[in-house]
Amino acid sequence: MSFLLEAKGISRAFGGVQALNDCSLHVEKGSIAGLIGPNGSGKTTLFNVITGYVRPDQGLVNFAGEDVTNARPDEIFSKGVGRTFQLTRIFGRMSVLENMLVATQRDESWLKGLTRSMSSASEVDAAMDMLEFVGIAKLAKLQAGSLSYGQRKLLELAYVLIANPEVILLDEPAGGVNLTLINEIASKIRLLNKEQKKTFLIVEHNMEFVMNLCDSVTVVNQGHTLMSGTPVEVRADKRVLDAYLGGGEEEEN
Amino acid sequence: MSTPFLSFGGVIAGYGGGDVLKGVNFSVESGGVTSIVGPNGCGKSTLLKTVSGLLKPRLGSITFKGESLVGKTPKAILQMGIVQVPQNHSLFREMTVRQNVELGAFLIKDKAVVAARYEKVCELFPVVSERAADRAGALSGGQQRLVEFARCLMLEPELVLLDEPSMGLDPKTLRAMFATIKTMNAEGRTVLLVEQNARQALKMSHKGVVLENGVVRLSGSGIDVLNNPEIAALYLGGSITHK
Repeated sequence: MSFLLEAKGISRAFGGVQALNDCSLHVEKGSIAGLIGPNGSGKTTLFNVITGYVRPDQGLVNFAGEDVTNARPDEIFSKGVGRTFQLTRIFGRMSVLENMLVATQRDESWLKGLTRSMSSASEVDAAMDMLEFVGIAKLAKLQAGSLSYGQRKLLELAYVLIANPEVILLDEPAGGVNLTLINEIASKIRLLNKEQKKTFLIVEHNMEFVMNLCDSVTVVNQGHTLMSGTPVEVRADKRVLDAYLGGGEEEEN
Repeated sequence: MSTPFLSFGGVIAGYGGGDVLKGVNFSVESGGVTSIVGPNGCGKSTLLKTVSGLLKPRLGSITFKGESLVGKTPKAILQMGIVQVPQNHSLFREMTVRQNVELGAFLIKDKAVVAARYEKVCELFPVVSERAADRAGALSGGQQRLVEFARCLMLEPELVLLDEPSMGLDPKTLRAMFATIKTMNAEGRTVLLVEQNARQALKMSHKGVVLENGVVRLSGSGIDVLNNPEIAALYLGGSITHK
């Protein structure tokens, strides 16, 4: 079985807190995988380990058959692993479009990136297309710092997509986004998955979003993998109900 | 007519060159839960900031029990009994959870009162007592949210402003959070909240206000707003009938 992305036996402590404790996860090529778990269970830390922002105390990360455990964030990014953050990271004093143009520079050397003065018309077009795709094209000329929280999340999504990574890690893409837009984001993810064969790993608390979208779901609890399975299996698992979903009853909606 | 609890009259406000709020009119009744919903960027957070004094409106009036809030400092507004929990994480990461929560009572000099309130808040939010001695920055995003909530209650405010309280919370904690809002409200606190999790918010709200492009598009009971087919299609992810 070949996994595009695999984390094996990851442990990591911060001070006295064991954020991850023998945590494992794998993502099949071309799939949409979900990662869920209670607040504080280590989901974001696992993202940070996979993308090189945090080094694990123990364990291995493989991407496309290559050991990337101790690679730097930029190395992992240039191999084709893109991510968004729970709290958005954008250049507030630059326009929305300029933020996008920064993200198009993945394939060039840093010197070229620094010395060129203009982005080509085709880069601008591609950036505008992507902003259109996430529904914020009309904000292109605004300072990114003036966007609302939800709009920043959409900009960050566009920002990651335009770098054209093979696997895309999304940290709470639906958080702070209105319900109609959440449905649109879900259909966009599905489209990218179907047509461009993009692989996704998504952390999200919106269960409707996760269960409708994901092919497989991994549940972490207290830094450890509780289980992995299809959304149906996860939903029915008593341990998941106790640790995460709570109560056992369906949300009436 | 009696004096409204909180009232907005023609409020125009924004940052830099542009106006985000373009003439907002509505009022909030005492003792209820009011939810403001609407698309991303419609001015929901901006509206809360005009109440807490973080942003001064260019034009218009905001009154709290008949007294104008416009031009008052955030501290003066806090002293009137209005506390805001902001949308962005706002804890001091290098301080402990307990220190952060106690900071919420910075206006109160009596240490015994602070200690008593801290105990009360711990009962509502177990995460506070469990992680009291940990650095706030070591908590997950969702846990930090709960600590911010706990902190806001330390002043026992009359009006609580919540900017997306549910953001980043897991389903179990989310339910606990909405239950906590109900408890707060039952204790007599009026709640004005902004929420993208609009279905759940409106269901528990006495009043719903839909903000669109900086003006009030619709207001009514929470259920009426929830059942408005146009609003549902635009912002609630489709139409479902609620009773």
